[in-house]
Amino acid sequence: MDEKRIDWAKLATLPKFVELHSRKKAFLLTLWCIGSICFYLLPISAGYFPEIMKVKLLGRLNFGYFFCLFEFAMIWGIALYYTRKTNSYFDPLTKEVVDEITREVGK
Amino acid sequence: MKRFLPALTLGLVLGTSAFAAPTDKTSPTVAAVQPETANKAMAAAPAPLLKEVKTNRVITMSMFLVIILATGVIVYRAAQSTRTTADFYAAGGGISGMQNGWAIAGDYLSAATFLGIAGITSIFGADGFMYAVGPFFSFVTILLVIAEPCRNAGKYTLGDILSLRSSSKFVRGTAAISAVVVSTFYLLGQMVGAGKLMQLLLGIPYSYAIIGVGALLVVYVTFGGMKATTWVQIIKAVLLMLSGMIMTVLLLWKFGFNLLGLFDAVATSSAVQDHVRGLMKHVTPQPGFDYGQRFLETGLLLKDPIDQISLGLAFALGAAGLPHIMMRFFTVPDARSARTSVVISMVLIGAFMIMVTLLGFGAALFITPQQVMAVDRGGNMAAPMLAQFLGGGGGTVMGDVFLAFVCAVAFSTIIAVVSGLILASSAAVAHDFYVNVLRDGKPDQREQMRIAKISSFVVGAIAIALGLACEKQNIAHLVVLAFAVVASSNFPVLLFALFWKRFNAGGIITGLAFGGIFAIGVVMVSPNMTYPKKIAADAKKVVDLLEKKQAAGGMLAEKELAALDKARADYAANRDGKSMVGLDAPLFPLKNPAILSVPVGFLAAIIGTFLFGNRREEERFDELFIRQNTGYGASGAVDH
Repeated sequence: MDEKRIDWAKLATLPKFVELHSRKKAFLLTLWCIGSICFYLLPISAGYFPEIMKVKLLGRLNFGYFFCLFEFAMIWGIALYYTRKTNSYFDPLTKEVVDEITREVGK
Repeated sequence: MKRFLPALTLGLVLGTSAFAAPTDKTSPTVAAVQPETANKAMAAAPAPLLKEVKTNRVITMSMFLVIILATGVIVYRAAQSTRTTADFYAAGGGISGMQNGWAIAGDYLSAATFLGIAGITSIFGADGFMYAVGPFFSFVTILLVIAEPCRNAGKYTLGDILSLRSSSKFVRGTAAISAVVVSTFYLLGQMVGAGKLMQLLLGIPYSYAIIGVGALLVVYVTFGGMKATTWVQIIKAVLLMLSGMIMTVLLLWKFGFNLLGLFDAVATSSAVQDHVRGLMKHVTPQPGFDYGQRFLETGLLLKDPIDQISLGLAFALGAAGLPHIMMRFFTVPDARSARTSVVISMVLIGAFMIMVTLLGFGAALFITPQQVMAVDRGGNMAAPMLAQFLGGGGGTVMGDVFLAFVCAVAFSTIIAVVSGLILASSAAVAHDFYVNVLRDGKPDQREQMRIAKISSFVVGAIAIALGLACEKQNIAHLVVLAFAVVASSNFPVLLFALFWKRFNAGGIITGLAFGGIFAIGVVMVSPNMTYPKKIAADAKKVVDLLEKKQAAGGMLAEKELAALDKARADYAANRDGKSMVGLDAPLFPLKNPAILSVPVGFLAAIIGTFLFGNRREEERFDELFIRQNTGYGASGAVDH
């Protein structure tokens, strides 16, 4: 692969690539923000609202315990959603972009 | 299997089969109770606490030998097929997503996670569970921003990715130094921990333990490279999951798989209640206060919310940029497998964390927090001791086999994690620094391999030396430091390099250097360090209190007299002392610097970028940008 001759700047303006990138950015950023907000809510609630965390929900188990469990479920959920979306949507799109790039470079 | 695990764990956690009474209610109170706050109510003379765990030497040693032999065979086989540097650093890109997922889980579930979180839970209750969420959350960052872009753009190290943005040798050099510094902090924490653990488990002297473990590691890494490291990680992860699952099942079995029964028993255990009262410094029980329930509530350990958020930030961003974790993504053939591997490791790690906290509660109930702390103040022996108990108790064959098994797993954990770290530092030294900075990438494969092996050997030797030197040091802050440094230097730089067009060499170097040094600086003036004046002040309080009692005509018990002598000596020794950087009291109030140092690191990278503009480097962004987004031109798997 002789990479020196590739005009990367031109490739970066390919409409398909621009589309891939902007959609991916929006998707990743949203997911990351949702995750972060849920995550930081835990220490914030533990620190500033201990009364809520103490509320017993099931037997001896309190809200705080279920909040921690929810964090695990939330993180698994993000992983699941991300994988689904990437496999079904971003992977085919990426393949199209790579094909187009290969065509451009081959010209 | 991967779908089965979370379902099983969730089932265990949530499956509440009505309110069946706990089947085993007698054992918790049998264990000794420490008279921590001179509790007269517990008149029935408590049995003395064990100072160490009795292991069966023969069983333990043979378990260790089996582990060493098994891993030795793997290393031998891996060495046969490790010919190029691509094999050595990245296992030739031939690890599948599934295998890599188990290996990442292996890397992540260090002794600190397994033994540490079980210990924290057994001593501080619900805070252990909350603590476990932090390291797990870092996987969101790894999955979304690190795994696939790194796989697409990188080769062996962070330096490879950064050098796509700038051909400056300073960039690669700084990246290499940063990787070595971070890995050393992390490594040192693990090495000292390993030595202490071996000392506890096998009863051998600390220095022998360090030299033995270290020598084994050096041989493994030097000959086996990434292939051996990966397989050791996988095996260790399987063993760890297995022991976690067996112990959890045995624990819950005692309560007819009724989780509520377990927590009910924990909260009504008088040892736990006493312990919580001690933690809360209530000299006499407050009427109506449910100390047992308090154990299930957060805030016994993590008291300052800001400090906690800061710790969360360090976990969330720091773990994602750790060189030995990042390196794992270069071992898979493509972005898709990188993704698969993160998801698999997330399933494993999450399930394991939940199990470990249950084990922590189990240890609090059956071993008692007092007994856990008597053996090791940090609680590291909680899980092994619970294993012995669940197997049938000390002295029984099954109990000893269980204990030995868990100890051997902990041992393989340390070996696996430290191998990964040695490999990551060696890649930074040999690949980044020697081959690309000093020799312009000229050395041929043979020479590169030789250098890679020599540098692993040297890094390993240095790790042994440092481990020996730091036996008496307080190393708890080293891991905090490693996470904070990565979060405030590597992470901002990596993020900008991947996503910000204007970012350049100036920003990379300023970000890495200033962010890292600033984080180290903040830790140096934080409460993590030892402040002699504070020790002296605490000692003075004890002296005053006891002297007042004496002056009032009260007789001091023998124990109190000893405490008085010790406090006087402490006061005299520390009265005029200063901390390592010459301070009387910490300048920075928090234990975790991330909340301050992460923004500073980002800012340093931004300012550096604007100060040293470089059009040519901005143009190079397009290449990296296309590569990291599409994987175009990424090095694929190498067949052998």
